[in-house]
Amino acid sequence: MKILPYSNKLVRELKDQSSRFVGFVKESSRRDKSIVFALLILFLLIFCAISADFVAPRPYWDQDLPKKLLPPSLEYPLGTDPLGRDILSRIIYGARILLYSVSRVLLISTCIGLIMGLLSGYYGGIVDLLSMRVVDLLLCFPHMILAFGMLAVLGVGLENAIIAASIYYIGPFARLTRGQVLSTKELLYIDNARVIGCSGMRIIFRHIVPNIVSPLIVQVTFNAAGAILLIGALGFIGLGAQPPTPDWGTMMYEARGYMNISIYPLVFPGLAIFAAASSFNILGETLRDYWDIRERTL
Amino acid sequence: MLFSYFIKRVLSVIPTILGVTVVVFVILRLIPGDPVIIMLGGFATWEEIEAARKLLGLDQPIYIQYLLYLGRLLKGDWGYSLETGVPGGEPVLPLVIRRFTATLQLAVLSIILASAIGIVLGILSATHRGRVDKIFRTISLLGFSIPIFWVGIIFIIVFSLHLRLLPSMGIGGPEHLVLPTLTLTTYLFGMISRVTRAASLDVIHQDFILTAQAKGLKKSRILVNHILRNSLIPIVTVITLQFGSLIGGAVVTETVFSYPGLGLLIVQGLFRRDYPLVQGGILFVAIVMTLSVLVSDILYAYLDPRVRYAKHE
Repeated sequence: MKILPYSNKLVRELKDQSSRFVGFVKESSRRDKSIVFALLILFLLIFCAISADFVAPRPYWDQDLPKKLLPPSLEYPLGTDPLGRDILSRIIYGARILLYSVSRVLLISTCIGLIMGLLSGYYGGIVDLLSMRVVDLLLCFPHMILAFGMLAVLGVGLENAIIAASIYYIGPFARLTRGQVLSTKELLYIDNARVIGCSGMRIIFRHIVPNIVSPLIVQVTFNAAGAILLIGALGFIGLGAQPPTPDWGTMMYEARGYMNISIYPLVFPGLAIFAAASSFNILGETLRDYWDIRERTL
Repeated sequence: MLFSYFIKRVLSVIPTILGVTVVVFVILRLIPGDPVIIMLGGFATWEEIEAARKLLGLDQPIYIQYLLYLGRLLKGDWGYSLETGVPGGEPVLPLVIRRFTATLQLAVLSIILASAIGIVLGILSATHRGRVDKIFRTISLLGFSIPIFWVGIIFIIVFSLHLRLLPSMGIGGPEHLVLPTLTLTTYLFGMISRVTRAASLDVIHQDFILTAQAKGLKKSRILVNHILRNSLIPIVTVITLQFGSLIGGAVVTETVFSYPGLGLLIVQGLFRRDYPLVQGGILFVAIVMTLSVLVSDILYAYLDPRVRYAKHE
């Protein structure tokens, strides 16, 4: 069988990357075991999201009113919610909602923030002034309050909560990128690139971005944890995903009135949010130590 | 020297606050629905609607409308809340300020508690590298990964439902403040302990600490007079900066405990589509946040002479 040359290259690249990843895990877990737990939880999350249809013991919408608000048992490992739905299944399906919303938030905020930060850091001048004014304004609002303003305009719902969260995370990310660009721009090799006639775009994407990517990745990981908490809080208040979506925050919103009958519909989804957010924070922290980035206070 | 820096910094707040009012004004304009029709109800005739529109200045071009809005804000007329039991609506500004004092109580208490816990944890982590550091770092990391609404609920389950020690909701005696304060503290202490640790680590490796140790000063004295004193600047800055975002956290805490603060007011306004109230609340929080950034900058300059001199060279 003839193997195409690039597929060989791809295999080598994959091997290379995975051995780097194993090296990272080995080295950091020697210092601190918590990264192993964090990665396990993140893999579990992805696994649940992909194969929820096969893993979940029953459909997440399946109601059984006589069996509502049951404590954990063999039949319902985590108990049932106020409508008699299986909490475990809903949490497993909720992993999908969580990964979907977090990746949307990260995609939007990182793309816009990155471009704003790169352009204003590299070109300076009026672009810098304008975009940093916008960022300053965005940062005048605490994240919940900014989200409230957005939701007042857009209406409640998961999609709008995602947009609101994305807009909040643009600000800090643009600021971080700009700072990194500013400190990299002064280095000698950038001058050299300019002297041999590289275009601005080439310098930004070939020479600056690869050098500032690690602090940005760390920041993205921390933003993921923040976005999980923000979207969870909006769901819990009743402004995020609407019932019957199996969003973890929304599950707690639905169960809030039944606290004195059964605490399980409140405890387990919250625990899931806690686990997901702390995994991302531990990952970010470990990456920062691994790449030896100085602790920043944003 | 400090005074001129102070004046400059205070003046620089004005454009920021103007910007904030623009954002809030735009938010109000973007909200779907005609405010005049909502105000007058379904039975108004077209003539009445036109007249009300003229009265409110809504027939003017948008920038004139903004200036009118700004003028009303300065006069203290922040609009009227649609339904709070007062005929004709309750004025928003006094309502917001009244609810804000409740939030302020909560915020100040939890900042004090969180600073105490955070500073102790942070300093201990910095001085006892190794096992203690690892444990405390994990605790503070978990502290800011934990969803505060979940913490609040766990507190209610444990202290109100099972132990029956503390009330789970509302306002009243000091016992009503305990659980919300503890919840907000969980939200804050991780951040403070982290900053303290980083700041003390910066100081610990400097020469004057070595000198102090060589002189044979007592450990406790070095800790308080040399390390803590010198790492206080970033700590104070972060605590003041956190004040604004604390109000964001207070929103969730107040919802859990039905604590009648500013956050709960805004949430209820959102659910009732009481937009003048939501708008006023958001504007107020944003102004508080801007002012807390201002205070933090001024404190920074006050505590660290290098900043204010550098700005004037």
